[in-house]
Amino acid sequence: MKAQGKAYKYGDNVDTDVIIPARYLNTTDPAELAKHCMEDIDPSFAPGVKAGDVIVAGRNFGSGSSREHAPISIKALGVSCVIAESFARIFYRNAINIGLPIMECEDAAKAIRAGDAVAVDFDTGEIADLTTGEKFTMHPFPPFIQQIIRAGGLLNHIANKL
Amino acid sequence: MGMTMSQKILAAHAGLGSVEAGQLIEARVDLVLGNDITAPVAIKEFEKAGLKSVFDKRRIALVMDHFTPNKDIKAAEQCRNVREFAKKHGIIHFYDVGEMGIEHVLLPEQGLVAPGELVIGADSHTCTYGALGAFSTGVGSTDMAAAMATGRCWFKVPSAIRFTLLGKPGKWVGGKDVILHIIGMIGVDGALYRSMEFAGEGLKHLSIDDRLAMANMAIEAGAKNGIFPVDAAVLSYVKARVDRDFTVYEPDPDCSYEKEYVIDMSGLKPTVAFPHLPENTRTVDEAGGIAIDQVVIGSCTNGRLEDLRIAASILKGRKVAKGVRLIVIPATQKIYLDALREGLLEIFVEAGGAVSTPTCGPCLGGHMGILANGERAVATTNRNFVGRMGHTGSEVYLAGPAVAAASAIAGRIAHPDEVIGGK
Ligand code: SF4
Repeated sequence: MKAQGKAYKYGDNVDTDVIIPARYLNTTDPAELAKHCMEDIDPSFAPGVKAGDVIVAGRNFGSGSSREHAPISIKALGVSCVIAESFARIFYRNAINIGLPIMECEDAAKAIRAGDAVAVDFDTGEIADLTTGEKFTMHPFPPFIQQIIRAGGLLNHIANKL
Repeated sequence: MGMTMSQKILAAHAGLGSVEAGQLIEARVDLVLGNDITAPVAIKEFEKAGLKSVFDKRRIALVMDHFTPNKDIKAAEQCRNVREFAKKHGIIHFYDVGEMGIEHVLLPEQGLVAPGELVIGADSHTCTYGALGAFSTGVGSTDMAAAMATGRCWFKVPSAIRFTLLGKPGKWVGGKDVILHIIGMIGVDGALYRSMEFAGEGLKHLSIDDRLAMANMAIEAGAKNGIFPVDAAVLSYVKARVDRDFTVYEPDPDCSYEKEYVIDMSGLKPTVAFPHLPENTRTVDEAGGIAIDQVVIGSCTNGRLEDLRIAASILKGRKVAKGVRLIVIPATQKIYLDALREGLLEIFVEAGGAVSTPTCGPCLGGHMGILANGERAVATTNRNFVGRMGHTGSEVYLAGPAVAAASAIAGRIAHPDEVIGGK
């Protein structure tokens, strides 16, 4: 699986309260949540982002609350991948469980600039900055997590087994 | 090599003789928790996946606490979905308005958590129950849906950081000040993916309410869980509430910690975390008397009876400063009733405070005290992210109940001694 798009770049500790503010948590509708994704730190994000675009961020992306509404809202916008130096652990599980691709890669997260064209190959774990020509490789997921991803998320994975 | 306390609990629940840091395991869980925000997502996923029944109707807790009593029509619909699910599956521990409380205060109080148990909850502050020697951690709604069906969950076994606590904290220093100090020291990702294991002779000076407040904020250092040894205080708390058997685990003497910190609590001062991260800590003396508009005393961090007693001891016979709004939220129905009977609620109302029924309310900017642009609040809650309590131009300063009460009287961030007079 491959994806390509424009990079939206953010800093360290992007928390789930800014990814999707609590005032919108009175709904579970992905399309509705998507409209407000990132609005407290970047109101231009949700209206501007296109299918395939990637989010690039620093350390501890998705810190704070366990709200799955955060990765859901990102996925609903068509974001193909979140690349960060590190992820907060609940966000990390949630993203895998719902099938939002994430890549932990410090070098790529540091080097890619806002607006760069980025191509990712989920099978090889390769990230390419097409604007600068730089290439990076992320640490591969452990096999167990690859199984969940291949099944299309945790619930499919357990439904297959039940 | 030996195992940490957290690793031992995980190994036992995975049916393994031993586990090591980094290992992926699947383990049996003793309790699965969800609330009025996360359970609706889990229920939707549960039904979409065609799952028919829950693994054990006695081992699921559903607590309607965030936007309840329902703040608007959408919140009401979400609660109704959960209520119907609870009814359909005969969920025993479903808590609605009138019997509910903030989940992380309610579950220990109701005896739903015991030492050595493994609890997951679709709420990041599920880590609170580590105060009782349980392994408890926050997960997402999909994890919750899967665990409701199977009673199992996947985990990556964490390594641990040990915090050895020595000395006796001073008069106005509580568990909240200790944990804020620690987060200030190690940062909001200082314990990312790891367990925070507490130890040391200073623990005997920390009440169960203090420890619950500390374990509650382990997530604010990025930790997977925070855990305390099971001492006499824990045993007497648990035995008054739990009548099932439980196992007490201790870390192996030869287990390894990634890092160790030793903290002398006698040297700590009342501490405040400045906007917009819990790691931006300063002692109250360094806070510079910042003027405030609102004070919130409540939440799963500091909405317990002891917190209300501390706040009342400062507010008794005094008045909230003109122009400051004080909102006090006992965290459960039981705490509300105890505070009522002890006369604490009367003290708050006479001081000019507003007392609310249990709810998360303003802690996450839900309702019951939202901040306008430019407003500042001192709150006994656990997060001060941008927009957490209202407008993105508002600010939240995190503190313990003593500093919060003193600040309400002073109209600015204040040390309790300043309003009480004399040291
Ligand atoms: S009181 Fe605040 S932190 Fe605790 S569960 Fe409620 S919203 Fe979350």
